[in-house]
Amino acid sequence: MKLLRKILLGDLWDGLKLTFRTQAPKNIYTEQYPAERPRVAERFRGAPRLNINPTNGETLCISCDLCAIVCPEKLIKVTSVRNPETRRKDLVKFTYDLSRCMFCGLCEDACPVDALELTQDFELAGYSREGAIWDRQMLEEGPHPQRFR
Amino acid sequence: MTETLLDANELVLNMGPQHPSTHGVLRVVLKLDGERVTGTDCVIGYLHRGVEKIGEHRTYAMFAPYVDRMDYLAAVSNGLGYCLAVEKLLNVTAPPRAQAVRVILAELNRIASHLFWLGTHALDIGAMTPLFYTLREREEVLKIFENYCGARITTHAFRIGGLYYELYDGFEAQVLAFCEMFERRVDEYETMLTENRIWVDRLVGVGILTAQDCKELGVTGPMIRASGLRWDLRKAQPYSGYEQYDFEIPTRTNGDTYDRYMVRIAEMRQSVRIVRQAVQSIPEGPQMAKVPKVIKPPAGEVYVSVEAPKGELGYFLVSDGTLNPYRVRVRPPSFVNLQALNRMARGALIADVVAIIGTIDIVLGEVDR
Repeated sequence: MKLLRKILLGDLWDGLKLTFRTQAPKNIYTEQYPAERPRVAERFRGAPRLNINPTNGETLCISCDLCAIVCPEKLIKVTSVRNPETRRKDLVKFTYDLSRCMFCGLCEDACPVDALELTQDFELAGYSREGAIWDRQMLEEGPHPQRFR
Repeated sequence: MTETLLDANELVLNMGPQHPSTHGVLRVVLKLDGERVTGTDCVIGYLHRGVEKIGEHRTYAMFAPYVDRMDYLAAVSNGLGYCLAVEKLLNVTAPPRAQAVRVILAELNRIASHLFWLGTHALDIGAMTPLFYTLREREEVLKIFENYCGARITTHAFRIGGLYYELYDGFEAQVLAFCEMFERRVDEYETMLTENRIWVDRLVGVGILTAQDCKELGVTGPMIRASGLRWDLRKAQPYSGYEQYDFEIPTRTNGDTYDRYMVRIAEMRQSVRIVRQAVQSIPEGPQMAKVPKVIKPPAGEVYVSVEAPKGELGYFLVSDGTLNPYRVRVRPPSFVNLQALNRMARGALIADVVAIIGTIDIVLGEVDR
């Protein structure tokens, strides 16, 4: 029996049978990426966003600098001034160097007011290194993708 | 080896660093006598990023994402080993719930790592089909990781003291569905490879490593188990609650490339067994131990090792009582296993060197760090 199997190439036919069984169209696994948008997970860590209060458009950031302290790559720079009236810190500048970010999520964990958030946006390619350094406006509005045809 | 004089019929051949079957940027200088290899010399360091030095300039919590980037095919195991080391330094233990989830994710990562190894190893030998099937199943594991912690490869899934992320709804169901599907799929891989005559001819008797050799060279993981030694850190010094789970250590006796394939296949089945047991009994309770916000361990040093998919992954941390570690030393399994290449490849043919490099299961990110 073993000899017969060897002569009739039994092991190769077994493999081929399996290969052809997975040829059915319902077994196609490839994602058609640009045509069909992939659905990333809810907790996906992608492009950063600085959340704003939707009712009055003010930033949620309280300039506590915790994200900048906790960032392993030191890529977040927060600048603020003390407001003499409210005795609070007002956010002036917030830059986030995306080219060095490794999306570990530590800044997001550290934020006490959920202002900084890593979103599900994953298309971050750009044309220049400077474009990867996001300022406050970019972080609040999200990237503006350009289309070239 | 390079400075020795060559005979008239001897030849030195560079394999890599851009050779597709060196699995990254490994350069092997082969000394050849015709088609026979008489000696090998590994040139490493093309992917050196100085991870150990970076560790000295980061706080303990900050360094955790970096360890994922060493063995990027098994990032969860890397993170687990690092977290256990810092926890030992702080003298805390993760709560049972965190331990169970850690075991589930680490074992799923072992499956993913072995799947990627199987696909690429088969591709090196010349079987292209298994690559697509193994990556299809690996994708399912990566989806579980993505749902759990938001990243697929460099996960940063664990934190010092336990877990940061809660289990998402349907985690248990998704993991169990994967286990259900995966056991049949392992049978499929075996259909394609185990008895395939090309596969058998290319692997049996190639790259033999005896148990004695393994001990001398410090080889661990599936390689030492294929040589007949029943050595697995999950059983030998259980960590993260591995003593609760019922599983076997698969071993083989010949220590050749075929046996290492069989051991890894059997290990995937055992991992499914562990995952099943763990996911059906995830204890309730807290998932984070009491760890101070600013981690400042007392002065001292600690060595903790875990059974990563490739072998014993050890972390040696020295603390001088400040915020940053004084020294971080990693014992990477790929690096130590790679030095067995010379002993395995000597006397083999050039084509077998491809099979032998594949069977070690190296990740160059971990070799060079």
